[in-house]
Amino acid sequence: MKPNQSLAIRNKKKSTNKCKSFFRYLRDKKVLFFMLIPGLAVMLVNSYMPMFGIVLAFKNLDNYGNIFGGKWIWFDNFKYLFGSSQAYYITRNTLLYNIVFILIGSTIAVILAIALSEILNRKLAKFYQSVFFLPYFLSWVVVSYLVFSILSSDMGALNNLLKSLGLEPINWYVSPKFWPGILISVNTWKWTGYDCVIYLAAIVGIDKSYYEAAAVDGASRFQQIRKVTIPMLVPLVIILTLMKIGRIFYTDMGLFYTVPRNMGILYKATSTIDTYVYRALSQTGDLGMAAAAGFYQAVLGFILVMTFNTIVRRIDKESALF
Amino acid sequence: MMKKRLASATQISQSANIVLNAIMIILAAACLYPLLLVFAVSITDESVIQTAGYNLIPGKVTLNAYAFIFKDATMILRAYGVSIFITVVGSILSLIIISMYAYPLSRRDFRYKSFFTFIVFFTMLFNGGLVPFYMVYTNVLHLKNTLFAMILMWLFTPFYVLIMRTFYTTTIPSSVMESARIDGAGEFKIYVRIVLPLAKPALATIALFNILFYWNDWYAPLLFITDEKLYNLQYLMYRIENNISFITQNAGSMSNTSDALKNIPAQTARMAMAIIAIGPIMLAYPFFQRYFVKGLTVGAVKG
Repeated sequence: MKPNQSLAIRNKKKSTNKCKSFFRYLRDKKVLFFMLIPGLAVMLVNSYMPMFGIVLAFKNLDNYGNIFGGKWIWFDNFKYLFGSSQAYYITRNTLLYNIVFILIGSTIAVILAIALSEILNRKLAKFYQSVFFLPYFLSWVVVSYLVFSILSSDMGALNNLLKSLGLEPINWYVSPKFWPGILISVNTWKWTGYDCVIYLAAIVGIDKSYYEAAAVDGASRFQQIRKVTIPMLVPLVIILTLMKIGRIFYTDMGLFYTVPRNMGILYKATSTIDTYVYRALSQTGDLGMAAAAGFYQAVLGFILVMTFNTIVRRIDKESALF
Repeated sequence: MMKKRLASATQISQSANIVLNAIMIILAAACLYPLLLVFAVSITDESVIQTAGYNLIPGKVTLNAYAFIFKDATMILRAYGVSIFITVVGSILSLIIISMYAYPLSRRDFRYKSFFTFIVFFTMLFNGGLVPFYMVYTNVLHLKNTLFAMILMWLFTPFYVLIMRTFYTTTIPSSVMESARIDGAGEFKIYVRIVLPLAKPALATIALFNILFYWNDWYAPLLFITDEKLYNLQYLMYRIENNISFITQNAGSMSNTSDALKNIPAQTARMAMAIIAIGPIMLAYPFFQRYFVKGLTVGAVKG
């Protein structure tokens, strides 16, 4: 009788063991758990509660009620969204702009970083770097002012120049065809200095003896750049590019919303998923379509991040997100 | 001799150096040109702007635009106040929350660290989108038209948590914590007295990123603020830019004379606003820049 009983108790103990040990651990390390609480609370509000809100995409939100209210309409929001011509433009713009940004941005940043690292006068190089980095510190609103001072149709510096050259001034803010070029230039202007700093740090970290060995073998400085610097930068370029690809369905509201001054006539060239969602939410009141577009963006983004994380892991385990 | 020859073989030639410098000067000018243009417009007389447009060389220098803005500066000063408040409170709170959350994740002996790390990771992977986020803020928490909405939105950046955690794990030896524990220090005391002082460089980096982010934020007020009194500086500028008549309307209601309306330097005043908003960043720039470069090289390369 006795041994049996003890066995039963032991079994019972085993099943509650995990739970019990968690609570004992919680008590032991209560300070550490306590430190997590504020962060968890903010994440709950900013990230996890909205995550459960994705069901809104499948509901009728006309009455603007709460998350729990509203009638289920399943895929009707998506039907409307993809039935409109907008779905095509916003997806195309989001993807194409990001692809161009990645290609142009990293190419220019790498070239600039190499060039800066080669300049003989280090003080001058530092000065250039500081100037290139400056646009990163300005808010998008300030940038939109700067762009306006150049592009304003009646007073802008660019039209002044065109007039003084005897050319017709251009109404930049009503001509969509110019905006891909403008947005790409502005984005490059704002970000190149930032990316450049990262690449410059990697170049500085390259062991000098590689160059010396190459020089002994008779390589010119240009050959050294081609055979030493660039190959050493490739892993970093790949990692940073992959990280950007993971965010390819997301765009900067500042660039696409404030810089074109939310001009309706430019939407075909400037509207992206993010600006569409914001406008649908705040201006047109198409809550259902905004929620559907947000869901579409989040799901595609998630798939992409997972895919590219797997690829990054294959290339360089250290750089993978998880 | 050998060393010297090698040095010259691992450097570019003098002529290449001159070409590179020339290119860099052009690029630097392209970076600075818009800023200089806005500054030049802000000190140009309005009548010159009306006829000649925006030019880098002000035809007639005047500080009228600044005088106009500061004649009735309540709106701008209030916006400045809001910006400073949000930046200070937001950056400090954010730093405390991030550094506290990252610490247990860095502890090798903390059994649930991978679980709590994953909770952070997952917010980087997936989100509910803008509409549910907006609904949580407005319908569940009722944060519309509160300063707290602007603070809460950027309080917890997952990427900074990861940088912080990496910094703790790589720079703070567990033996130091161990010996403190033997001396009878509690967990929290170890964190405050030993871990935080050692983590100063990472804390400074994240603090700077936070400061810049809060100072430059216009998106949170765009979403949640409709009350003019709660506009921060960036959003006030956004409103002015979006609605050219904003300044004129306000000035009109203040002076009640149609005559005053004609004399309002609308163009130059807007650009003066931009200069006023850029000012603090420019003053702090040399200091900021140094730490940012350090932080970027630590954080971005090794997240």
